[in-house]
This record gives sequence, C-alpha cells and structure tokens, in this order.
Amino acid sequence: MAEFLLMAAGFVLAMVALGLVRILRGTSTADSMMAVQLLGTGGIAALLLLGAATGEDAVVDVALTLALLAAFASFAFVKAASDASGQDAAAERDA
Amino acid sequence: MIDLLNIGLVTLILGLAVWAIVAREDFAAVVGFIAYGLLLTLAWVQLHGIDVALTEAAIGGGLTGVLLIGAVAHLRGSAAAVSAEPTSTPVRWLAAGVTATVSGALVICVLALPNPAPTLAHHVADNIADTGVGNPITAVLLAFRSMDTLLEAIVLLFALLGVWSLASDKSWGGRPGPQPQSDPNGILAYAARVLPPLGIIVGTYIFWVGADHPGGKFQGATILAAMWLLVMMAGLIDAPPISRTWLRVGLVAGPLLFIAIGLAGVLTADAFLSYPQGLAKPLIVAIELALLPSLTLVLGLLLLGAPRRGVQS
Amino acid sequence: MSAVLDVLSLVAIAAGVFFFFAGTVGLLRFPDTLTRLHALTKADNLGLGLVVLGLLLQVDSVLAGFKLACIWLLVLLSAASVSQVIARYVRSSDPSR
Repeated sequence: MAEFLLMAAGFVLAMVALGLVRILRGTSTADSMMAVQLLGTGGIAALLLLGAATGEDAVVDVALTLALLAAFASFAFVKAASDASGQDAAAERDA
Repeated sequence: MIDLLNIGLVTLILGLAVWAIVAREDFAAVVGFIAYGLLLTLAWVQLHGIDVALTEAAIGGGLTGVLLIGAVAHLRGSAAAVSAEPTSTPVRWLAAGVTATVSGALVICVLALPNPAPTLAHHVADNIADTGVGNPITAVLLAFRSMDTLLEAIVLLFALLGVWSLASDKSWGGRPGPQPQSDPNGILAYAARVLPPLGIIVGTYIFWVGADHPGGKFQGATILAAMWLLVMMAGLIDAPPISRTWLRVGLVAGPLLFIAIGLAGVLTADAFLSYPQGLAKPLIVAIELALLPSLTLVLGLLLLGAPRRGVQS
Repeated sequence: MSAVLDVLSLVAIAAGVFFFFAGTVGLLRFPDTLTRLHALTKADNLGLGLVVLGLLLQVDSVLAGFKLACIWLLVLLSAASVSQVIARYVRSSDPSR
C-alpha cells in the first residue's frame, strides 16, 4: 500500500512538472495563472499521498494550509495581472 | 522507490531554481518561485520536518510569492523598470561564481558532518516534560530558546518600520495600498466572503494544535494575515491608516508582553526569559496568544507596503 | 475487511491520478486558453476528489477524515472561483472572443 501511494505521489509530481512546462512554452500571463492553480492542487494531492505513505498524520495540516495559501496566491496573481493590464490599456488610451 | 522519488524531487527543485533566475517574463519567474517553495515543502516532509514544511508552505509559497507578485506588478511600466539597463556579463559571471562557491561550501560542510551528527535532541527529550508542551519544536522555540523567538518578533517589527519609511512625506500616517474598488457581485468579493471564515477557523486550529503537534503561532498568523489580505484585495474593507492607535498598540503588544514575562523571569526564576517551576505551560500559552495578533498585523502590513494615500481618502 | 478497503482505496486513487494525467495532457495539448482552463479544473475537482476519497478509506480517526473532506471542499470552492476569475481576465484582455 505504501509503495503504491509513493508511486501515485511521484506520478502526480511528474504531472505537475509537465504542467510547469506549459509556462515554459507559453508566455501568456493566463498560462502562468493556471500553472499556479495546478501547482496548488497537484501539490496538495502529492502532499496527502506522501503523508499517507510515510505515516505522518500532521501532513494533512500542511495540505490544509497549502489549500488556503494557494487560493490566496492565485487570487492575488489574477488581481495583480488584471490591474496591470488595466493600467496598460488606460495608458494606451491616454497616449 | 522512495529514493527515486527523492531524486526526482531534487532534480525538479534544482531545475526550478535555475529557471526562476533565467525566465524572461517576470510573472513566469514568480510562478517558478512559488513552485520552488511548494517543492521545498515536499522535500521537508520527506525529511520529517513537518513544522518546517508548514512554515515553508505558508510563508515561502504563499506570502513571499504574493509579495513578489505585488513587486512585479508595481514595477511594470514604472520609470525605473523602463530605464533599467540589463546587468553586464562580467557581473553575471561574478554572481554565478559567488553563488556556486557558497553552495559548494555548504555542500561540503553538510557532507563532512559526522554520522550521527552532533545534536542536543536527547537533552530536549529529557527535559520536555518540564515545559508542559508535547511538540519539541514548540518547546525549543518558546522555552529553551525563547530568546530567538523574541528577537525574531522584534526583527519583523523593524522590517515593517523599514517598509513604512519608504512612504513619501505627504502620505505618512495614511493608508497603504491602492484605493479599494469592489464589485460587490464579483467573484473575488464572493470568495472573500466565503473563504475567510474557514481560513480563520483553520488558522486558529493550526495555532492551537502547535502545543503538541506541528503548528504554532507563526503559521497560524500567516493564514490569518492571508485571509485579511484577501478581504482587502476584494475591496470589501480598506487598509487601516498606519497612524491609528489600535494598530500601533496591536503591533507592539505581543513583543512587549514577551519582554515583560522575560523580565519577570529575572525576578522569580534565575534569568531573563526563564519560567518559574510549574508555570511554564500557562506562560507559553500567554506568549503565543499575545504574539498571534501582533504577527498577523505585522505580516499583513508588510505585504501591504508603505502608505500611499493620505488619511482623509 | 481491510483488504476490501485497500482495494477500494487503490481504485479510487488510481482513478484520481488518471484525472490528474488527463488534466495535464489537456493543459499541454488543447489549443486555446479557455479549453486549457477547462482541462485544469477536471484535475482539480475529480482528481483531488478521488484521491481524497481513496485516502478517506485509509484514515483511522474521525478528525483526520474530517480534515481531508475540508481540504477537498476548500479546493473545490477556491478552484471554482479562481477559474471564473481567470476566464474573465482572458476575456477582458482579448475582446475578440
């Protein structure tokens, strides 16, 4: 069981790494936002699987914290990007 | 199997570290940094340092990431960014050389440690019953080495003062952050109404459980600060002016209580910050309770930045 | 009994990981930002949900199971909101769609 959980955690990590390739290839800001979201969810899944595999119960608390902070980081990212693009659009209108 | 996982993790971490430096788009570099923080969390879990993993997830991934996002957004299109010249190649080579030397020295030091490495863990295990807490990390942070925790809280206050000192003269004492524009039916406003109650419960839980399990006031304060910042980001409340009395009292109340308990230790026990016999657990709880709101305020205000608007706006 | 639970956990976690795989493939191969966003949310909801379900069957205290369920609900809520916000950002920055 523990072996399987470790394999699953490794697989999820590999998926997260592949998802990060997306922001290497595509440089649009929306791709970066989606990468943050994927990182958060994939990270939580990998954390939970690793914690169950190694028998550490407190890892669930780490995953809980990560859920909240990843949501916060995603919102902050989108807000900052929207504000920046709003300013760019306003500057273009004024110029 | 687990070795394969660890090798994969380390490779990913190194790759992300390199990429965060060489990425061309600023936002993409910040995302790389956040990913790096997340993978470090996993690495800490593998090393059985759950408290550190908790702190890394909260501060390294979340709060520092948002700090960098704010910095990138602030610099975009500013005069400084437009007129900045790219660093010259010799300087880059020098930076790479210095970094490689320091990293190499650290690697050699860690690998040269005797196995098993010298440690005081058995001293902590022998004496932890006197402190009344079950988590050895909390015992070290708040009983055996509480001086470090006190200095850390004060350093955070100084950092906040440093950030505030960047304010222009006419906005001193005013509100940090931009004018809140809220769309009351917007998605961000909805999330900022639903998430914070959950976040407050989770943050308080993580703070409370730190006595016997991984957790504690620092991680709890980070979650609470993140929820406060989320509500401000959605425009539902405005940032407080830094001249408000309650703000300033709240900021210093935690460290002041800590220092007071330390001075009381001089009179009732042997030395500064030593606890009288049998009173260790209540005093530790009191310090943690006092530091939680102070740390929340400090972390939130650090991310908001220097005051930009006068008090009247 | 525990063997049955183990098998169920295995199936659920394997299915969850498959959805993560599907979501990532979608993220890499779909042509358009909005379609990629759609693939991403599949990984969020179903992938994490099935993984949490599988781990719920292995848990040994009510509090731990409750925390696992809380994590999934929290991620559902925040992922749904964030996807909406990202979609609106994409639409506002590219008015042609």
